[in-house]
Amino acid sequence: MNEALRLSALPTLRLLTCGSVDDGKSTLIGRLLYEKKLIFDDQLSALERDSKKFGTTEDDIDFALLVDGLEAEREQGITIDVAYRYFATEKRSFIVADTPGHEQYTRNMATGASNADLAIVLVDARKGLLTQTYRHSIIASLLGIRHIVLAVNKIDLVGYDEKTFRDIVIAYRQFAEPLGFHSLYAIPLSARYGDNVSATSERTPWFEGVHLMDYLERIEVEEDRRTAPFRLPVQWINRPHLDFRGVAGTIASGRVARGDPIVVAGSGRQTTVAGILVADAEAESAEAGDAVTLTLADELDIARGDVLSHPDHRPEVADQFTANVIWMSADAMLPGRSYLMKIGTRTVPASVTELKHRLDVNTYDKLAAKRLDLNEVGLCNLAVTMPVAYDAYVDNRDTGSFILIDRLTNGTAGAGMIAHGLRRATNVHWQGLTVGREAHARLKHQKPAVLWFTGLSGAGKSTIANVVEAKLHARGVHTALLDGDNVRHGLNKDLGFTAADRVENIRRVGEVARLMTDAGLIVLCSFISPFRAERKLVRDTAAAGEFIEIFVDTPLATAIARDPKGLYKKALAGQIKNFTGVDQPYERPESPDLTLLSGEEGVEALADRVVAELERRGNVARF
Amino acid sequence: MTNALPAHLKRLEAESIHIMREVVAETRNPVMLYSIGKDSSVMLHVAMKAFHPARPPFPLLHVDTTWKFREMITFRDETAQRLGLNLIVHINEDGVRRGISPVASGSQVHTQIMKTEALRQALDKGGWDAAFGGARRDEEKSRAKERIFSHRSAAHAWDPRNQRPELWRLFNTRMRDGESMRVFPLSNWTELDVWEYIEAENIPVVPLYFSKARPVVERSGALIMVDDDRLPLEPGEVPREIKVRFRTLGCYPLTGAIESEAETLADIIAEMRASTTSERQGRLIDSDEAGSMEKKKREGYF
Repeated sequence: MNEALRLSALPTLRLLTCGSVDDGKSTLIGRLLYEKKLIFDDQLSALERDSKKFGTTEDDIDFALLVDGLEAEREQGITIDVAYRYFATEKRSFIVADTPGHEQYTRNMATGASNADLAIVLVDARKGLLTQTYRHSIIASLLGIRHIVLAVNKIDLVGYDEKTFRDIVIAYRQFAEPLGFHSLYAIPLSARYGDNVSATSERTPWFEGVHLMDYLERIEVEEDRRTAPFRLPVQWINRPHLDFRGVAGTIASGRVARGDPIVVAGSGRQTTVAGILVADAEAESAEAGDAVTLTLADELDIARGDVLSHPDHRPEVADQFTANVIWMSADAMLPGRSYLMKIGTRTVPASVTELKHRLDVNTYDKLAAKRLDLNEVGLCNLAVTMPVAYDAYVDNRDTGSFILIDRLTNGTAGAGMIAHGLRRATNVHWQGLTVGREAHARLKHQKPAVLWFTGLSGAGKSTIANVVEAKLHARGVHTALLDGDNVRHGLNKDLGFTAADRVENIRRVGEVARLMTDAGLIVLCSFISPFRAERKLVRDTAAAGEFIEIFVDTPLATAIARDPKGLYKKALAGQIKNFTGVDQPYERPESPDLTLLSGEEGVEALADRVVAELERRGNVARF
Repeated sequence: MTNALPAHLKRLEAESIHIMREVVAETRNPVMLYSIGKDSSVMLHVAMKAFHPARPPFPLLHVDTTWKFREMITFRDETAQRLGLNLIVHINEDGVRRGISPVASGSQVHTQIMKTEALRQALDKGGWDAAFGGARRDEEKSRAKERIFSHRSAAHAWDPRNQRPELWRLFNTRMRDGESMRVFPLSNWTELDVWEYIEAENIPVVPLYFSKARPVVERSGALIMVDDDRLPLEPGEVPREIKVRFRTLGCYPLTGAIESEAETLADIIAEMRASTTSERQGRLIDSDEAGSMEKKKREGYF
């Protein structure tokens, strides 16, 4: 690190580079490090060795090899993940996120953008603006980046032509106008030869701006989070002994001082700040970015997930809001499906209630859509199971952002930025019921349950369910039966058989079953319900322990041979689309409460096993 | 004094504290991998602050290859005692019985059995679902792409193609039974940040980082310290006493010293600012071939 004396008072600049494949992002970063003499001797000799083996630049050093880390991408010549680089010059420290240009890895770009203040958008001077250029600029804008450097690279390959540069800049400015960038600086450069990278090039005499490094060292990007309202998402309660109870977290925005009044968002309980620890040191005040532990004047019921604020500037609180969601999973986002939302330090069950539109990130057009696939962006309404505190993302990146977690794989499936809350959410309150569900059940001398029969069409679900219901009725048990075909004639006649409609179909049935169990009934539901996620959704909708998953297991060949409604014949002939088992998958239950092999035992025997299970669980009295 | 901490170090410290608190709040049974080096010293120092006035609510785990410098082991035991922390030392006893050593078995086999396998054994035995490590992204190219929360399968494998995206400060800590997280609170620190922080906070480090006359022999261009009589001298090899120090610490036969006059922290920082070689240059296990760190990580190396 020659001469890299850091002036620590200057803020670190967090930036990301983005652009299309082969625009030269990695080359630019490598060139910056090389020119600032930030490449060490042993790294340089490894680079020279690798350039001969993998390089694409013939005799020169291939700077991209310095920053492309993983073996696979080295072989493909494509950066496939986000790589972080750290360097410091005399004037400033930098953290650079190198993000992919390849179409299918857009999620990584959003990841890099979420913590960046400035984006360098690279454009190949020979190719001009490409789909990727639009896509990455729109994602940068969505993620709240307000400063853009438009780097028109490979200017050497167009003979350092001024008009080519100007045309690209004009086209980009026109496109970027609705994206809300505060600053846009365009610069002609050659990453390979170093023109305008860290010295002004003599080969672009028509360019009057400063070179890239000069610009990056001087730009002011800090949005002053210290002047925003105070927000402290509570991470952890520190209680080492009876005399100390601290509320620990990182201040998302604003300042707090000893003696300040504070309020817990949601509960509305108030107290004052008795003491402040910044890290482990006592302090009079603390500000955005500080990791603090607060002690409070009164013992309030505060837990992880709460948000502390000043009483005069509180965050919004709602259980429904509208947000832009970037989808990051190969499993499509379907409205109605249940996810976990991590917002600040709170994790709550959530579902998308409505996909208002999908955003075409190449054109900024709003398109009608029923699902979001990997790398797609959409404006959604979401509902969570309890009210949460939040701010709009444009006002606060920390309290306005969330991730959605797949409940089965635990993967991070999506990332969201809250636009606004839905006003009605604050006005819809649960009705406190005077006659409770226990009272209903007591009157019937039974314990309510949802018997969920799942399996292929023709497996025998409805046949078995009917016999079970008859046996229960004979014992004086109060039941109701919801059957796929019947429900679709009434409650769900507006729904088709696409994956999205199947999810909604099951969601509604789950809600109805829940209301019926509230009334004390034993509800028999007979639905193909091919997706694990939806069956889990119904399980979560039901009261704890009341959902009994019954897998009616029949080989597909047997079901096709039975074909009681002639549907397989039509599906196999291509006359019915989205038919489970034919052109739509059936996801077998991983651990059903009961498995009925319908090819091996008679219907009576299978029904008796279901009744016996209800006796064992105490839902109905034994004879 | 915290007040004297420069802004960029204060920000790094706060970020590391945030990460540690997330782990303690969201995982069942965390542990801190303590490797005795400068990064571990910083990580432990930050942990002492993060949970103050409570003690860090997790034990320290040292995977001892039995070939660490003697001064490292002394320092380790003193540190645990000084801070009143629970230190667990794990040795791959099976490897010891099989006579695995960097001298007899070579660096690759030794690292695989006494470090990577030993670590897996220790984590399985302890039932820990989250393990803090002191790795930084600026150390090596494949580290640059590592997440802060690195999800590992039940077999401790790392799949570089199937990592969870990490946005904002929202870390997804959910996992199934048997799976675990490796968590790197110092991800965004550089080597220079580490030394500046050690100086600003007056953190004790192993004396081997400071220059002193030590007995060394030169092997394939690296200066190897003769730390005890287990290092067989080759014919004609006579240890020389020269002023050396270590920039990174590992197993002594695998860690090259550098000639240096830096006897104080200020000297080290000045020397580093003028340095033209990278930190891991002294680590013999990394230079086997390009991508060697990535291969080790897929197998469960930290």
